[in-house]
Amino acid sequence: MTEQAATETFADLIACEDVLMFVTAAITSTGQREFHHGAAEQRLSLDFLHEYVRTNYRELYAAALALGVNDHNAATIIVGLLRHAADVPPDRRRAEGALIARRLERMPQHRVHGVFRALRRAKVNNRRTRAIARDWFAARRDPAFDAVKYRAGVRDAMRHAHLKADGELGAFLFTRATAGRFTTPLFESWRRAHFAADALYDLPYTVAEGFAAEHGVPRGVFLQRIEPRMTRLERLRLQESTRAMKKVTAVNEHADLAAMGLTRLASYVLGLSLDDRAARRAELTGALRAAARRTAGAAAGTWGRVAAVLDDSHSTLGSGAKRRRPLAVALGAHHLLEALAAPGAYTPLWTSGRTDALLLYPYGPTPLGERVLDALETGPEQLVIVSDGFDNAPPGLAGEVLRVWRTRLDPGRAVAVTHLNPVYDAADFDVRRLSPAVPTAGIRDAEDLATLTGLARFAEGRLGLADLRAHLDEQVARFLAAPR
Amino acid sequence: MIPGSAPFRLDGLRTGPPQSWGAVRIVPLLRDAPVEGLRLHRSVYDGGVRAVDVGDGSRYVAYIPHAFVATYGDDDAGTASYGTRMGAAGRAAEPERMAFGALRRMARRRGRDRLRFLPLHLAVEGYLALHFGGPEIVWERLSRRVVAGGLSPRAEQAVLGLQVAGLEDALRIFEIHPGQCGVCVYAADSLASVFIVPHPDDYRALHATLLEDMFGELIYHYALLMPSTGDLSGRIDAAAVRSLADLRAETRRLRAEWADFHDEVMAGGVLTYGGEYRTVQYLEEFTLGRHLPEFVPGRENHISESISHDDGRIAYFKSFRLSEAQVRRGHLLRTLARNDWHVQAAAADLGQTEAAFGLRLDRAGFGDLLRPDVLDLYRAEARRGRA
Repeated sequence: MTEQAATETFADLIACEDVLMFVTAAITSTGQREFHHGAAEQRLSLDFLHEYVRTNYRELYAAALALGVNDHNAATIIVGLLRHAADVPPDRRRAEGALIARRLERMPQHRVHGVFRALRRAKVNNRRTRAIARDWFAARRDPAFDAVKYRAGVRDAMRHAHLKADGELGAFLFTRATAGRFTTPLFESWRRAHFAADALYDLPYTVAEGFAAEHGVPRGVFLQRIEPRMTRLERLRLQESTRAMKKVTAVNEHADLAAMGLTRLASYVLGLSLDDRAARRAELTGALRAAARRTAGAAAGTWGRVAAVLDDSHSTLGSGAKRRRPLAVALGAHHLLEALAAPGAYTPLWTSGRTDALLLYPYGPTPLGERVLDALETGPEQLVIVSDGFDNAPPGLAGEVLRVWRTRLDPGRAVAVTHLNPVYDAADFDVRRLSPAVPTAGIRDAEDLATLTGLARFAEGRLGLADLRAHLDEQVARFLAAPR
Repeated sequence: MIPGSAPFRLDGLRTGPPQSWGAVRIVPLLRDAPVEGLRLHRSVYDGGVRAVDVGDGSRYVAYIPHAFVATYGDDDAGTASYGTRMGAAGRAAEPERMAFGALRRMARRRGRDRLRFLPLHLAVEGYLALHFGGPEIVWERLSRRVVAGGLSPRAEQAVLGLQVAGLEDALRIFEIHPGQCGVCVYAADSLASVFIVPHPDDYRALHATLLEDMFGELIYHYALLMPSTGDLSGRIDAAAVRSLADLRAETRRLRAEWADFHDEVMAGGVLTYGGEYRTVQYLEEFTLGRHLPEFVPGRENHISESISHDDGRIAYFKSFRLSEAQVRRGHLLRTLARNDWHVQAAAADLGQTEAAFGLRLDRAGFGDLLRPDVLDLYRAEARRGRA
């Protein structure tokens, strides 16, 4: 360790800081509007970070794909790596290529088409890019379904990457719908849907919706008949709107809350009216608890005494683009921490002072300092703070309390304190920190809570660049070796 | 008329922790219990430009985005208050002749238990109408126009809250406290406006109307030129902390220190009030009135309007920070009036030569007060003095 400390230079420290800053930003920000900052500020700030890290630490930049960076940033990283590849040695390109291919596999399909479209717009069409597109298309399980659902995207990407469309795919993508019959059933349904309203119920929901509008099918009839074709998320999304319209009940019965991800489920719950939540209390709480237990997995019950300070102030409203996202993350974290803590040893403290987690809505100021004090008084082993860091009642009190706590009352670090922040602060190129005494990490999905508390160790500055590299290498290896 | 020296007190209001964004700092004022018997609503005007027939053939014309409606009595104290509109018939009707004199025209009774008034117009009108009637004694140096027609019309400029840099974002981002009934708005840490309502629900509904209020040109420039406000949060004395209880005591101390600092230093300019108070209207146990400052150049001067309960509690309050030029104009008018509009006496009062005082009047925009030939005489005198 002493040897390593000696070789650790100032530049290494800065590199470590820069990379962590980038990873935090790439996990948290989606370039969308937040409560405090507009979309343009977010994008400007994020694009700068991308360019800065890509130019200076290209290797670590690529490795970020293996971490839990969100899809928006993964797409930006991939496009950036492929656009600026002129003086990268072949072995690095191979390593990057493996990461890119792996990440593309995991991304939702429309995001991948977004990447291809961005590459096309940037006029990037080298051999490597074409190979990546070829391999991605080759790995798709159901090309016919993809082609119907994302026809324009598939067509543009195949044309751009000079890919050969086998069999009827070429005719489907590149000729007019009226040209002639197909033998592939899905293609044939798509062709027939142009003329016959009956045929559209074999198509994916999003495609059928357009045809239904064209044929003037009443919305209620359409939803009822297309229901088996909906994906799980489409069903969830439509459940409430159809209920509000009093159209169909069929959609309701099949919405599968138990299989939802924790944060998505929390967002869904917070989108319901308070009356609905109260009426469906057992069902919703059960689903949230089940999702949290599933996420916690083997780690359930191992964290000992846990206290959480959770932000439900007015600013957790998020923005039109990220509606109630910060509150949803806090609600997800609340249930996850309950599962991680030893049974009965979990204390949640919402900033508003409310105690019923199901009936939350963004309200009031953010008295983080007082709540942190309340939490410390319960004598926890772990203290997790989920907040956007705009501590304003009074401002800066949480930082002061944590500083004094660390220096005077708990210099031995008996209590592990972590601050998780769901909001990227465009002005600081980082998430807002409460205090230098406490590690802060960005969080986008409550599911990542456990891994992020691990990453937050680096932010505390006690581990150096070598440790960070080792951590990233390990993550990359695990990412590439993970089963498909 | 209440004696001008009576200090303005914020009984029942506590100062909350500040929130700042850019150059704007917003300090909430909290009530433990709302003032009963009075509610404020917002009356939205869709027409925009309003003309009020004052009664003597002249009209008061204003662009009014909204007005406040004060409802008093207990009957509907609990109703929600957002966007309350006056009935269509009431609005379509031609404004009737004001039953109240010239001073009261900005406040108008709507029904038996309601009063409509235009926010801040009362205060601003009070300032505009300062010595409105002009001189009582016809001195030969005063121009014939002033002697005949008084100081009307006078014009002053103000900017809309929307134009104050950063105010819109600051108000949007501001997290309203439970029980909050008022707010102090600072631009570059100088007090721009104090706004107090009787009930937390009223505040919630009227919070955004601050954006449609008038702000002085001084505040506009301060907000534009100051990038961001400093950090005013105190520090905990780590050496004094031995336990969690100590830490909690320290946080309480910080809170109290902030409240004292704010009330005494930051809001001192409006809370320790000199100047004069004039009652405009009585509403059962409430009184609607306006305050005019002492017009001391170089100091903070706020004009304001208020509704206070008979027991001294403030139910409604709204203030406007005068810019330096506006204060000077008020100061000059006051000085002239104090000396019975005698130019030489006023100049002596200020310790100036008559010519310097005359030119000062001219620079402040009151050149019309003096006869043109007298003004020329002053200018010549000044030139000679310089040469």
